[in-house]
Amino acid sequence: MTARHHHVPPVIEFRSTALTYPGPPPVEAFKPCTLRVGRGDFVSVVGPSGSGKSTFLNIAGLLDAPTGGTYLLDGMDTGALKDAERTALRGRRIGFVFQSFHLLPHRTALENVILGMTYNGVPRTERAARARQTLVRVGLSGRLDALPTRLSGGERQRVAIARAVAGRPSLLLCDEPTGNLDTRNAESVLTLLEELHADGMTVLVITHDPAVAARGRRTITIRDGVLDEQGPGVAAS
Amino acid sequence: MSERLDEVPDASQRAGREAGGESAHPRPALQKRRFGRRMRRSRSAAVAPSTFDIRDLLSESLAGLLQRPARSALTAMGTVLGVGTFVAILGLTSTTSSQIDARFSVLTATEVNVEDVASDRNPYAGLAFPKDADRRIEALNGVKDAGVYWTVRLDEANSVRSSPASKEGERSTVVAASPGVLRAADPTMAQGRTFDAFHEEHAEQVAVIGAGLASRMGITTLETHPAIFIGDTPFTVIGIVADVERKANLLLSVVVPRSTGLALWGEPTDEPAKMLISTQIGAARQIAHEAPTALRPDHPEYLRSIPPPDPKTLRADVTSDLSQLFLLMAAVCLAIGAVGIANTTLVAVLERTGEIGLRRALGARGRHITLQFLAESAALGSWGGLFGTSLGTLTVLLVAVLRDWTPVIHPGTVAAAPLIGLCTGLLAGLYPALRASRVQPAEALRR
Repeated sequence: MTARHHHVPPVIEFRSTALTYPGPPPVEAFKPCTLRVGRGDFVSVVGPSGSGKSTFLNIAGLLDAPTGGTYLLDGMDTGALKDAERTALRGRRIGFVFQSFHLLPHRTALENVILGMTYNGVPRTERAARARQTLVRVGLSGRLDALPTRLSGGERQRVAIARAVAGRPSLLLCDEPTGNLDTRNAESVLTLLEELHADGMTVLVITHDPAVAARGRRTITIRDGVLDEQGPGVAAS
Repeated sequence: MSERLDEVPDASQRAGREAGGESAHPRPALQKRRFGRRMRRSRSAAVAPSTFDIRDLLSESLAGLLQRPARSALTAMGTVLGVGTFVAILGLTSTTSSQIDARFSVLTATEVNVEDVASDRNPYAGLAFPKDADRRIEALNGVKDAGVYWTVRLDEANSVRSSPASKEGERSTVVAASPGVLRAADPTMAQGRTFDAFHEEHAEQVAVIGAGLASRMGITTLETHPAIFIGDTPFTVIGIVADVERKANLLLSVVVPRSTGLALWGEPTDEPAKMLISTQIGAARQIAHEAPTALRPDHPEYLRSIPPPDPKTLRADVTSDLSQLFLLMAAVCLAIGAVGIANTTLVAVLERTGEIGLRRALGARGRHITLQFLAESAALGSWGGLFGTSLGTLTVLLVAVLRDWTPVIHPGTVAAAPLIGLCTGLLAGLYPALRASRVQPAEALRR
């Protein structure tokens, strides 16, 4: 870490953050915990199905608001934000990668990546050039005009990753990024995530697969809505 | 893989500035200009709002429509039919009523009737029309033909018969008319001729009858100079009329010279005498104004002129009668079209839940989603409106060409129709679009 980074707040900071779904009966989906994910981290969150991974993703991705504690994204208290501001923050600071890619089937790879910059303030004139540059970066320079149906699973996920990072977010939030891929394609996607991390991107991968989780620099286990990490950074409160 | 993604100020630097108020790296001028206003509004939270300008809205909506062109076309079909019917109906009614006007100009607009109202004014006035009424009126500029006529009142004994011996008479009316009436009525003769000034002057016992009456009375040819009897008075039939352009009731009557009628049965008693005047085009109202004075300069009030009706009033009557019914049908078509658009948009919202979730994850606000779906349905409505207007106009043109009419469409109709389509689309898309905006992103992305 350089001296400058000491002034920069962590990307994710959970302070006794919790989420309870109102009942009846109330379900404590995410128990109060504290977590810090610093800039440039590569964190894996691993846990079996039903362990609270999705709840964690929804909180971290600003898709759901915690019912207890505080969640700071880039040092900003997200609890104080109005709905529109949370949406804007999500669009500008978080890049999502989903298991099922969520590419628009009738749009080319390039158009799908451009879509990722529609709502987060990237000027229209810059979008195509940036999208092209990002697709080249993820190794799809020859597939710019291909429709998703003409791409392999690995290529589709690369397009999705390009869409997530083209807007230059603080955090790349991946939900089972290799869940729909065969071993070879999964490997290429994980390598790409590692390369992005090496470039300085903060990456958070949520997975049920210990092998995928092992690729992270830090591994956090989630079980019954409780985060647990062997080492510094996370603590149940 | 040598290119780095964080060459420009990245999110961490933005975060530092926005959260801590650091301004080591000034915001690019373009961004500052574009978002300055919104930034001021939400300075407390220091989050630049999501963006979605009008060009984004248009391009996203257009892309949404074009990615399923067949479905979009079918969806718009309801509006096409509704608006098309609307334009066609309005166009056809105005075209038809202009045709009615055209016929009106040829016949009615060149016809003036003058009625004898002397008995209302003075019970002792007698027949208001002078003997030389035809000549007086025909001297007026713009008059083609003119004549006085009245229906003769006959008792049972004086019915029309083919021979004096036959007991059963025809219940035909007998009309005493000056020669000008038959000319003004513009008859088509089946056989023979009409009577003229000579017959009138000498009160000849001649008659002109309609073709129907002739066949009923067994008169097939005029070469034998057949006679009919009114009461016991014989009349030589000199003409059989096949058709008349004016005063169709002449076809059912026995028409005898005015002087003959006057001599045999006296002045009209039941119905007042009338005058039929045919004029040049455009002269009718003027003639109507002049006729009473020309006929009776001493007592113009004994005569009442009936000018042709105003064409504008006639057209308005016809148009309103026809179009009210058909406009209702067009409205029904439009309502069906709106339901079609609403239904398809609703299905599209359900189908595209994943896409809506993705857009929300990418930073789209609920209102951005609403606007997009609303723009899509509005575009479908407008497209349907434009296409429907073209189809409706073509229909009017086609009908007009086939019937050899002049097509008439009010410019307002053509201008309003696409707007009606737009409104239909907007109304139809409202509910689905609002529903789309309420889709929860976390929920939608799980699909």
